[in-house]
Amino acid sequence: MTTVRVGRRRTKTKYALTVLAFLLPSAIPLLLFVLGPMVAALWVSLTKWNLLSPAQFVGLDNYVKLLSDPTTGAVFLHTLYYIAGYLPLVYIGGLALALALNTALKGRAFLRGIYFLPVVTSWIVVALVWRWLLSPSTGIVNVVLGWIGIHGPGWWTDPAWAMPSIILASSWKDLGFVMVILLAGLQAIPTDMYDAAKVDGAGWWRRLFSVTLPLLSPSTFFVIVISLINGFQVFDQVYAMTGGGPNGASEVVVEQIYDLTFRYGRAGDASALSWMLFIVILAVTLIQVRGQRRWVNYG
Amino acid sequence: MSTRRLVLFILLHVVIIVGAIVMFFPFLWTIITSITPGASLTSTPALIPANPSLGAYGRLFTERPFGQVILNSILLAAITTVVQLVTSSTAAYAFSRLPFRGRTLVFGLYLATMMIPLQVLIVPLFVELKTFGLIDSYLGALLPTFASAFGIFLLRQAINQVPVELDEAATLDGAGHFRTFWSIIVPNIRPALATLVVFSFMSSWNSFLWPLIVLRSPELQTLPIALAGLQGQYISDWDVIMAGSVVSVLPILAIYIFAQRYVVQGVASSGIK
Repeated sequence: MTTVRVGRRRTKTKYALTVLAFLLPSAIPLLLFVLGPMVAALWVSLTKWNLLSPAQFVGLDNYVKLLSDPTTGAVFLHTLYYIAGYLPLVYIGGLALALALNTALKGRAFLRGIYFLPVVTSWIVVALVWRWLLSPSTGIVNVVLGWIGIHGPGWWTDPAWAMPSIILASSWKDLGFVMVILLAGLQAIPTDMYDAAKVDGAGWWRRLFSVTLPLLSPSTFFVIVISLINGFQVFDQVYAMTGGGPNGASEVVVEQIYDLTFRYGRAGDASALSWMLFIVILAVTLIQVRGQRRWVNYG
Repeated sequence: MSTRRLVLFILLHVVIIVGAIVMFFPFLWTIITSITPGASLTSTPALIPANPSLGAYGRLFTERPFGQVILNSILLAAITTVVQLVTSSTAAYAFSRLPFRGRTLVFGLYLATMMIPLQVLIVPLFVELKTFGLIDSYLGALLPTFASAFGIFLLRQAINQVPVELDEAATLDGAGHFRTFWSIIVPNIRPALATLVVFSFMSSWNSFLWPLIVLRSPELQTLPIALAGLQGQYISDWDVIMAGSVVSVLPILAIYIFAQRYVVQGVASSGIK
């Protein structure tokens, strides 16, 4: 009896050690460099701290202050503006491309490569290139607009056009990524579904709405979840293209977090805003995961 | 082919090709600008430069330490990629094949790390690494990139699609978990691994904020930081800035071309289900 029990305990221990051996290489860095700092940020958010002198505990003051500060509302609004422009543009564009490239087309791989190229390019490069393309007086976009008699706007130098410029550059960069994911989803749809729809006399649009889109819904769901998670965290392109300007017209949440920390030395406020953003992202993601049963079709 | 289908066929090609040109044009424009000496804010380069020159590229490597900067970026990206392959595949194996109590919760925590903006972590992370004395060192730049929740998610989806019967056969042959992992799972998820190589290399190659904060010495600088520096120094020398952009895209382009067929496959096999 005892030997059996000891033996079982030994195999149990051995199994636990195996699990640990597989998990620790990733768990240690995640704990030390993501979850740990995150909890620390929660503590920082309850303090007044300029990164130099010792932190002072202030309770929920930072949150209260942020909630009553009109800047907070403004930066969240700018972020939503970004998402509202960006998401439909990349999704519809990516879907159109995926549908087109899913047909028997010569040089498909090459074309896919071209559409994917911006995805692998760094944000700094994209921002530099788009600032140059959208340069108000000598940028090629305004020069071409000039040929057809349109006086182009000031793009990133104009408060009203700064965000559209960022949306344009972001959509250009991410279109290929959305295309690849939707393409993968399209290739998983069995062709006999289309054959059956054709036999029933369904036209192209009908097939799109009754076969393709419902069966593509898991990929669509993935694109929307990831795009929203990334969209709320939009930063690199804003930092490199406009720095949140002109006059704060494109100041998004993370840009504000960055400025609070490194420009104004308000680490406590920055951490509080970070946590508010994290909670918003988490809530938006959970709502989507809950809501997916209504429209996502896992076949 | 009926006339209607022929028209559709031609229309489709026209749209796709025009689209590709529009997508590629910014790159073409970058290359043209980089070989147009004196391209600046006051003049628009011609589509075909009158006196093309590689002078801007020369200035990158003589006036700025771009050779060193490129080597730094390659080194960091290579280390990140190799480490992420190991940490992601082992964790993915555990989440797919090794049931244990609380696994769903742990996996949920892993996924939650994807939703945390890097900026949230910057201050505590900086203080932490300063305590360890790792500011202004490659280790400091590398450590936070060692585990990737995205990579683990991607590989777990791939391992889930490897038939369990293969593992069972290996177990019957006396293979333990490490052996099964190495000789059954790893060979069967190659497309997903290749996808991860592209994404890991790319994210390290392009990462900006964290290296900007950690790496202080000019000789440790990576490409994106050096590029951002160009914008400050050569404020109106668009040819130099665009030459730097071209140089920074080439290596990542080479990797992508090499792994392209796997990337689509890898995303496809992850099924995103």
